[in-house]
Amino acid sequence: MSSIQSVHINLYILLSTVLFCIGVLGVLFRRNAIIILMSVELMLNAVNLLLVAFSSYWNDAAGQVFVFFVMVVAAAEVAVGLAILITIYRNTKSTDIDILNKLKN
Amino acid sequence: MTLYLFYFLSFLAILCGLMVILEKNPVHSVLYLVITFFAIAGHYILLNAQFLAAVHVIVYAGAIMVLFLFVIMFLNLNKETEPHKSIAVKIAAVISAGLLLIIMVGALKETNQLPQPSVTNADIGLVKNLGKVLFREFLLPFEIASILFLAAMVGAVMLGKKEIK
Repeated sequence: MSSIQSVHINLYILLSTVLFCIGVLGVLFRRNAIIILMSVELMLNAVNLLLVAFSSYWNDAAGQVFVFFVMVVAAAEVAVGLAILITIYRNTKSTDIDILNKLKN
Repeated sequence: MTLYLFYFLSFLAILCGLMVILEKNPVHSVLYLVITFFAIAGHYILLNAQFLAAVHVIVYAGAIMVLFLFVIMFLNLNKETEPHKSIAVKIAAVISAGLLLIIMVGALKETNQLPQPSVTNADIGLVKNLGKVLFREFLLPFEIASILFLAAMVGAVMLGKKEIK
């Protein structure tokens, strides 16, 4: 008994859309680079949830395997992203993204 | 019963997701994000993806969030030092994200409605089935993922270590 039988697939699409938009809002809203990385994680998770919902809907395990690969990419992204963040902090003593505008002028 | 659980977990995920971006203290943001990940793991269990739920909790709530917390403690960011964006930029951000939400929900309304599935296979989320699919159909991407991890590890170490003068 899967919840896909009692919960309509549209509700899952709606939930994923809302979570994704919260992630987009976080990227646009905050200046702290760590919060921006966490918002990107939130967006990836929204997509993962929808992949699992459709995998359950169509009885196809390929969707769930794809979620593994998204997790792999997310883990690699976080490791490299946080390493870059530490390097930026070491040079500027801040994690504010608005001071990183050297390429602009 | 399942519907109520779905609504409860969705409410929890959305509320804590909003708190992640509204909270001033980065440590609190990380803790709210952990709650969001647990709610999503609950959704996976409801969808009969038991193995994925376990992996999700271990990888996200366990490894990635600890990494975030470690960096926040390491850089001593656990206080509210962040300067704020101007109010115009904040309003523009909210309007942009809201428009994206409205457009996607509107596009969803216009699509053909999918019928409820009559029969579901409860076993596809188990390790046995996922392993078969992963190591038969997706063997090449699996091996490439290991190379990606190696590259990411080397890159993180190279970026993280102090430059030799």
